[in-house]
Amino acid sequence: MKLPINVTVNGTPQTHEVEPRLLLVHYLRDVLGLTGTHVGCDTSQCGACTVLLDGAAVKSCTVLAVQADGGSVTTIEGLAEGERLHPLQEGFWERHGLQCGYCTPGMIMTAVDLLRQHPDPTEAQIRDGLEGVLCRCTGYQHIVAAVQDAAQRLKAQ
Amino acid sequence: MALSRVVGASIKRREDPRLITGQGTYTDDVRLPGALYMAVVRSPHAHARLGPVDLGPALRQPGVVAAFSGADVPLSLPTFAVLNPDKPPPARPALARDKVRYVGEAVAVVFAEDRYAARDAAELVEVAYEPLPVVASLRAALAEGAPLVHDDYPGNVYVRLPRSQGDAEAAFRDAKHVVRLEMVSQRLNAVPMEPRATAAEYRRGDGTLTVWSSNQVPHTLRGVLAAVLELPESRLRVIAPDVGGGFGAKLQVYSEEALVAWAARRLGRPVKWAEERRETMLTLSHGRGQEAVYEAAVDADGKVRALRARVVGDLGAYLLLYTALIPMLTINMLVGPYDIPVVDSELVEVFTNCAPTDAHRGAGRPEATYYLERLMDRVAATVGLDPAEVRRRNFVRPEQFPYTSAVGSVYDSGNYQMALDKALALANYDALRQEQARLRGEGRYIGIGISSYVELTGVGPSRAFGAPVWESAVLRAEPDGTLTLISGVPSQGQGHETSFAQIVAGELGVPFESVQVLMGDTAVGVAGVGTFSSRSMPVAGAAVVQAAGKVRDKAVQIAAALLEAAPADIEYRDGRAEVRGAPGKAISFQEIARAAYAAFKLPPAIEPGLEATVFFDPPNMTYPFGTHICVVEVDPRSGEVQILRFLGVDDAGRIINPLLAAGQLHGGIAYGIGQALWEEIVYDADGQLRTASLMDYTIPSSRLLPRYELEHTETPSGTNPLGAKGIGEAGTIGSTPAVVNAVLDALAPLGVTHLDMPLKPERIWQAIQARK
Repeated sequence: MKLPINVTVNGTPQTHEVEPRLLLVHYLRDVLGLTGTHVGCDTSQCGACTVLLDGAAVKSCTVLAVQADGGSVTTIEGLAEGERLHPLQEGFWERHGLQCGYCTPGMIMTAVDLLRQHPDPTEAQIRDGLEGVLCRCTGYQHIVAAVQDAAQRLKAQ
Repeated sequence: MALSRVVGASIKRREDPRLITGQGTYTDDVRLPGALYMAVVRSPHAHARLGPVDLGPALRQPGVVAAFSGADVPLSLPTFAVLNPDKPPPARPALARDKVRYVGEAVAVVFAEDRYAARDAAELVEVAYEPLPVVASLRAALAEGAPLVHDDYPGNVYVRLPRSQGDAEAAFRDAKHVVRLEMVSQRLNAVPMEPRATAAEYRRGDGTLTVWSSNQVPHTLRGVLAAVLELPESRLRVIAPDVGGGFGAKLQVYSEEALVAWAARRLGRPVKWAEERRETMLTLSHGRGQEAVYEAAVDADGKVRALRARVVGDLGAYLLLYTALIPMLTINMLVGPYDIPVVDSELVEVFTNCAPTDAHRGAGRPEATYYLERLMDRVAATVGLDPAEVRRRNFVRPEQFPYTSAVGSVYDSGNYQMALDKALALANYDALRQEQARLRGEGRYIGIGISSYVELTGVGPSRAFGAPVWESAVLRAEPDGTLTLISGVPSQGQGHETSFAQIVAGELGVPFESVQVLMGDTAVGVAGVGTFSSRSMPVAGAAVVQAAGKVRDKAVQIAAALLEAAPADIEYRDGRAEVRGAPGKAISFQEIARAAYAAFKLPPAIEPGLEATVFFDPPNMTYPFGTHICVVEVDPRSGEVQILRFLGVDDAGRIINPLLAAGQLHGGIAYGIGQALWEEIVYDADGQLRTASLMDYTIPSSRLLPRYELEHTETPSGTNPLGAKGIGEAGTIGSTPAVVNAVLDALAPLGVTHLDMPLKPERIWQAIQARK
């Protein structure tokens, strides 16, 4: 049995018929071909799948596609404006905030929401705010620097 | 060698633009129209006779195209580390045949039109098992009369390897003190953020098979697949695209990779597989898994005269590619940075009904360093010396290099005292100890832990290793003067595309942006070996700089011909060739490249083209070193450890990109702290895995980890033209003992002298209670 959903993804309206059990992350990756959002676990721990749903960071492995019906999703592919990178993308690049890059889309999307809540976060707020996204490569120090860098860029805008 | 401004610069990474915009291509991102999805049926028993496998219920599901069990699939996978020459290693079938030997072992595979259908169908396969008694720990496996994991390995012992030098008996008899410790380096899981994935497509028309896999060694994977599938390597293309972390666990050829490749040809449709995290925990090769008893014969001055060590390695149920080699690397680094002339060691490798172990960040060296550094602290406590002083008294001295250790390892260069002193200065050690005393007076449990390490990287030469450990580089100037470098080492996040481009740009004086780096595709370039054992800079980087040197030499030859001068009169600098003494007579690298391919101005003696291929086989391994210091506070009410400071001084020889080097250290340190404080793979007595998800297996989050205060020294290596040593594992090797020593130092006033990792709050709290 399939259900129709209408979701705006990165500004583009999408209409599909999906199984009720289809995870949002699989809808994005397998149906829409937006493979920038990654699957890293099966218990909602790792955060690699984080996207924005109606502006809030959610773990798309723990959202059903049907739950996003009528909503607006932003993935990592929708963050930059044409050639202009988002300040977080700039910050991660500048400060070596990624190594293998697999957690990075989830890390950046989570940081988007973090900076919305705390535009001038302390290191402790950053470490707390990113607790739900796991990275095995960086040890987090350059990620913290990247988020701080982005916060500065956003303030200057 | 002309390496200049670009080498040693913290250039931001070439890889990042695609990765920060979601344009990376990880294996499961590869789109193969018409692909079938594979799901794996796995044994729920740790040890059982395998009865009939009924695939019928799965095959009858809509969307299911095929299913196979071990009877249908004649594939077995090899091991390369055959340490017991007396008998053939146990067979490693891709799908279990008569028996299953660990929970999670693959028993059948199902292929369906979509992921969900494949997963549903896999759950419907009915397998008959006849459970057998289980040995799920070293103790159980080595017990008298224990059931056998493999019938032809009595006592579950794969091999016993003694290695000794000198008269240990005499040394221990004459010792002023004998210090003894029993320690465990617990089983770990690498938990790369990208779970394993493999995809394959067979083209019947030209008989070629293309395999994508999240893998550290695409050329090795090609070689093994070619052998097991009976396909020529020249018809088999293996691609490691963007890979989300390896850490040694993807230095492997897994059953699933072979099954995907086999099925693509058998079924005539592309096949995709992506494991679930649960499958990672169950069957990605586990790391570490050792128990050790160490004894030091110590004189009155705290000098260790002899070391006795018995190390027992848990191999798990099967030998993967390098399973039996890893514990041997512990023995190779038995004495660490210390001048201990007498050793008496025995390594025992044991089969258990648990997942197989294999390479895991540090691969045997973190274990060696952990045992030694724990022992050194006990020596200090026994003799009544400061832990830093004990280490200083035992270090190999700078004038002793190159140093041949009592187990036969030849350390190329080092200055362990310098790293220790620099770390102590960075920590303001004396003031720290005073502060500790003051806070102890206030009833707080503050600990300071030191760890000094040396580790072996860039393994080689091939003839000493009995295995190919060279590395390749192909450097090709294009006709427009830009360059393409093809390296044999793929990346799992290390930044090779950036650092290797820096080396080429530095050597040839061309813009960094003009150097394109390709890797990870067996159809491009020449054969390579792969990324592991911290070899990318000392071995692959050495091949790069040598290839750049050869291109430069030919460029000079061509320039000489074009400028009508002798090659000896050409000065090549900053991307230009100039005739010495005639500044007007000059030509750029770009013009040289164009002329090389246009060819009509070349004299007959010079072949057209401008490229070089190098295979670099390192003459010896190279030995980075350092000292880490950790400061912790333990909350006695909860047992929780808070890391107040983590400092380190590391020496990896010449650093190509400091930003990337720092990243490798940060990540390595985080990894080592994880083993010290939180991570462990736990099997119960029935061989059931208790830590099969990230809820139970705690890899550190941003909140749990401290800042790292790092400095470095640069003692060049003479074993490669870059002067570089490997750095990818050093952080892991140095950090774990620093943390554990710090916690034990914190608990010392309570009389706690030993704890095994991980030092979770519960374990610490119970130790504190026991002392009350």
